[in-house]
Amino acid sequence: MEKLTEYFDTKDDVSLGKLLKEVENQTPISFEILKHSSMRKGKAHIVGITGPPGSGKSTLVSKLCKQLAAKNFDIGVVCIDPTSPFTQGALLGDRIRMQELAKTPNVFIKSLATRGNLGGLAASTADIVQVLDAYEKDIILIETVGVGQVELDVLGVADTVVLVNVPGLGDTLQTLKAGIMEIANLYVINQADRPGANESVKDLNMMVRESGKTDWKPPILKTMATKEEGIEDLIDQIFQHKNHLEISGIWKEKRQIRNIDRLNSMIQSLLSSKVEEYIKKEVVWQRKVQEVREGKADPFTVSHEIVNSLVNK
Amino acid sequence: MQVKVVMAKLGLDIHWRGALVVSRMLRDEGMEVVYLGNQFPEQIVDAAIQEGADVIGLSTLGGNHLTLGPKVVKIAQEKGVDALIIMGGVIPEDDIPLLQEAGIAEVFGPETRIESIAEFIRSKVKNSIA
Repeated sequence: MEKLTEYFDTKDDVSLGKLLKEVENQTPISFEILKHSSMRKGKAHIVGITGPPGSGKSTLVSKLCKQLAAKNFDIGVVCIDPTSPFTQGALLGDRIRMQELAKTPNVFIKSLATRGNLGGLAASTADIVQVLDAYEKDIILIETVGVGQVELDVLGVADTVVLVNVPGLGDTLQTLKAGIMEIANLYVINQADRPGANESVKDLNMMVRESGKTDWKPPILKTMATKEEGIEDLIDQIFQHKNHLEISGIWKEKRQIRNIDRLNSMIQSLLSSKVEEYIKKEVVWQRKVQEVREGKADPFTVSHEIVNSLVNK
Repeated sequence: MQVKVVMAKLGLDIHWRGALVVSRMLRDEGMEVVYLGNQFPEQIVDAAIQEGADVIGLSTLGGNHLTLGPKVVKIAQEKGVDALIIMGGVIPEDDIPLLQEAGIAEVFGPETRIESIAEFIRSKVKNSIA
């Protein structure tokens, strides 16, 4: 992969697939890919779809793609499923709900395994999204793993967060809990033909009304993804939210925050690998580390000594 | 690096249980398996491109192996996909050399042990730790 720019300029699925594979596996070349794509990103509307397992996220994503593709949007989909804590293997089963998209040329789907990440996304998600963004996708849909109450990573990556729930997952109190219920910009009650749908909507309505949010009141929608009902309304609300983000300046602000977060995390990981190298190189620090291991020196003092010594160099 | 497998039922063959069982077993062998369900050759290759698959697994019990199997290989070559293409299911002995000639790397029949499929994949896919 010597001529990286060519891979970006060709804009075909084969090149994109190869770029994403490098990024997914964090190969040495992926650093160059990310560097390259970093300055081309920022235009795509990134929509996170999250919710409990079996709530219908994949089916919903499939229907969203179908209708958006018909409107000539270029779409990237990133869907995440869990990695086994025992074997590191994974069964990525989101595509089975998206079979009808197989012949849709403007939908590109990438499945990722969490590979140990616990926040509802794979560690490489933000990087994969960045490359898709640089590849001029109009909309990128991120489907998280099936989540519980505290898998909130999607908040840091997406512009618009859609929380998909199903009827009958508890009473009013559940909607008032902190965590996942707070992060949505749009609430969807999917499988709305099942008993209890109206009660779920009522509970959510009350929660939103009492939340005191004034700039954007998260709408609550009913869908039946398998029957493709309610999808147009959902798309309409997703675009309205985008509009709100742009007018309010949050769109720009979110991108700036992401840039800074990225810088900080890069600095941290660079620093820690530099420190590691530094310790390996100097016998005196190795001795100190050994003392900490044996309980003869305390980690608080020694860590300061090492870092200060490196910084002052 | 994790081995990524795209697993598909070839064409309209409805016997999905076997493909799913093998998918799950390869999962337990530490691989990442993208299960496609039923798809035709072109869509299988497209999925392999998007997923960056190292392996394309084709399952068939319906008798379409000689028509659709080589087609997957041909389309993959045309599109520049270098994934390992393997097949499993109920396939007559006599057809196996024909499939291998057409570029199917290996054919696994009933009662194949999962270890031998996993071993075969590991021996063929470079840079993998799975």
